[in-house]
Amino acid sequence: MNTLPDTSEQSSRRRFYLAGIYGLWALMGAALAFPAALYLLIPPRRTRKEEWMEVGDIGALAVGQPEEMSFQRVRKDGWKLITEKTTAWVLRRSESELVAFTPVCTHLGCAYHWDEKNGNFLCPCHMSAFSSDGKVLSGPAPRALDRYLVKIEGTRLFVGGVQPGGQVS
Amino acid sequence: MVRRILNWLDHRTGLETAVKEFMLEEIPASSGWPQVFGSMALFFFLLQAVTGLLLSFNYAPTPGEAYKSLRFIMTEVTGGRIIRGLHHWGASMMIVVVALHMAQAVIWGAYKKPREATWMAGVILLLITLGFGLTGYLLPWDNRAYWGTVVATQIAAKSPGIGDYLTRLLASADGIGVVTFARFYALHVMLLPAAMLGMTFLHVVLVRRHGVTPKPGDTAPKKKFYPGQVFQDTVAIFVGFCILMVLAVTVHAPLEKLADPTDISYIPRPEWYFLWLFQMLKLFEGPMEVVGTHIIPGLAVGLLMLLPFIDRKKVTRLSDRKMAVAILLLVATGLGGLTTAAIRSTPAPAAGGGADLDAAAWQTLEPSEMAGLSHFRKQNCMTCHAVGSRGGKLGPDLLQLPRQRSIGELVEFFRNPQQTRPGTNMPPVTLASRQLNDLAAFVLRLDAANAEALLETPKVVAEGAVVYQDNRCNLCHVVNGAGKKLGPSLNGVGRKRTRAWLLEHFVNPQKLSPGSTMPPYRLPEKELANLTGYLLALE
Repeated sequence: MNTLPDTSEQSSRRRFYLAGIYGLWALMGAALAFPAALYLLIPPRRTRKEEWMEVGDIGALAVGQPEEMSFQRVRKDGWKLITEKTTAWVLRRSESELVAFTPVCTHLGCAYHWDEKNGNFLCPCHMSAFSSDGKVLSGPAPRALDRYLVKIEGTRLFVGGVQPGGQVS
Repeated sequence: MVRRILNWLDHRTGLETAVKEFMLEEIPASSGWPQVFGSMALFFFLLQAVTGLLLSFNYAPTPGEAYKSLRFIMTEVTGGRIIRGLHHWGASMMIVVVALHMAQAVIWGAYKKPREATWMAGVILLLITLGFGLTGYLLPWDNRAYWGTVVATQIAAKSPGIGDYLTRLLASADGIGVVTFARFYALHVMLLPAAMLGMTFLHVVLVRRHGVTPKPGDTAPKKKFYPGQVFQDTVAIFVGFCILMVLAVTVHAPLEKLADPTDISYIPRPEWYFLWLFQMLKLFEGPMEVVGTHIIPGLAVGLLMLLPFIDRKKVTRLSDRKMAVAILLLVATGLGGLTTAAIRSTPAPAAGGGADLDAAAWQTLEPSEMAGLSHFRKQNCMTCHAVGSRGGKLGPDLLQLPRQRSIGELVEFFRNPQQTRPGTNMPPVTLASRQLNDLAAFVLRLDAANAEALLETPKVVAEGAVVYQDNRCNLCHVVNGAGKKLGPSLNGVGRKRTRAWLLEHFVNPQKLSPGSTMPPYRLPEKELANLTGYLLALE
């Protein structure tokens, strides 16, 4: 395309054309690619604040005996607010101290259960075992069980945001 | 190195040769700025395809969901407002560019022999473009989309001979529902794009076959498409692109309230490029209506299509074609006049009735209906009853019930189902009369368009409405138009007051608003929290 024998005026005009063509298309490409990349690659922030959710009455909960309590939570799923049933493993460690674990194993998200015989939490998927205060005893789990923030009003238990296990003492 | 790769590639694919052949096409020496609109139209079509594709990453194509997902795109997704703005305003740009392209073709006599087929393919492209506008108009599923499309389907229903059939085809007999929506969506994102690509290909091939129409009397040696004309096309595209970008960034693409099929006060308006048609309908009434809806538009399309066969004279010098120019001016004036008249007759949007990104469907419920929603949940009605696609299968779908029932009839039925409808499995609902009234009000309010949204009402709001009803707040206050006006209206109270203020105000109203006649309310903490949550949520 660049073999035409041009006079100098023609060739400078040609250079101007080429600069215009490539320059403007590059500009438009960038102006479009930038918002498109943001749109596709930057997921929207969570705007919903964590709220306290009522789990239930813990008046009858015995010390040292974990219990799986189910409750309703409202969660934001994209453009929807959905209400769904979820659970927490609640353990009263003493009269004044109580912990609530999220119900999934920290390894790959399986549901674990309380192994009465050995007195620990056991995940059936890859046999991760956790002590009653959530620490990893054996198996591939990378960190202690995640916990909910808890709040007690009278005998009613409320849970809030989730704290990753291993970051709490 | 690059040269070697390109040579290798060209040897295997012929790509470079093909591009060169396309770019070095010979065009008349007289072509220049007036010939840029074809490239512009192609560019804007491709841009619509790209932005449409991007929107589809976050868009749910069903009624109700469509609206919420679009609101999500515009308020939460990064850059979503710009992408939607580009798609929305891009549609208008496309119409403008196509119109300019056609005007140029008419003035240059580009439809004349041997370019009749090129012209006819172009007219089909125009119709496809308008089809995109018509089908895309429904997809935001706001009031504007819903009512605009109702008018369009009603016009289709009046088509002589095939009206009933079209109504069944579009499933639009009882308003716009899921089936109509699915068909419009499929047309908009599947069929029309494919048709557009095919016709564009044909159109371009034909243009290449017959060459660009020269200016009459242009006998100068031909020039190459690249780089001169490509440069001019690029500059024109760039200018159009800049205008579009500015529109997308500065002018909010409209998103009104969620489509409300019961909102009989809504005055539908089509997109601006259909306004002339809309205005023309007003000129024909009664049995003459079909003239405005079908005969004139049909004739217009027919004439446009057959233009090359009507105007067969060979001369293309503009000064010899006074008739053609006069007709073009007449059509332009007519379209412009009708459009202006339509814009003038458009009422200014009512205050608060315009774009409303944050109001959810449940925010329009009256307190009784909202309290009814809470009873509806507490009584686990959906264990047996379906509401659209959700809920149980034992009882009838609540969206399928006959609409004409009164609250009284329903309350009677709730109290004693067997007596009202012998043989039913429904157990009696054991609530106080007032609560039954609220429940009935809510059930009657449910419909296909709002059900999904209503069922997602936050719990605190619904329970707050129960507290509101139990304490008869409506005897002094108005919410969403219901209640007495002794005290201030509570809509928008959240913009004026904080939670703490409200909580304190309940306990001692006179301390915070001296002279108020409101009695103190010493409610249990949970009830107060719910009530406050409800009030703060009112728009």
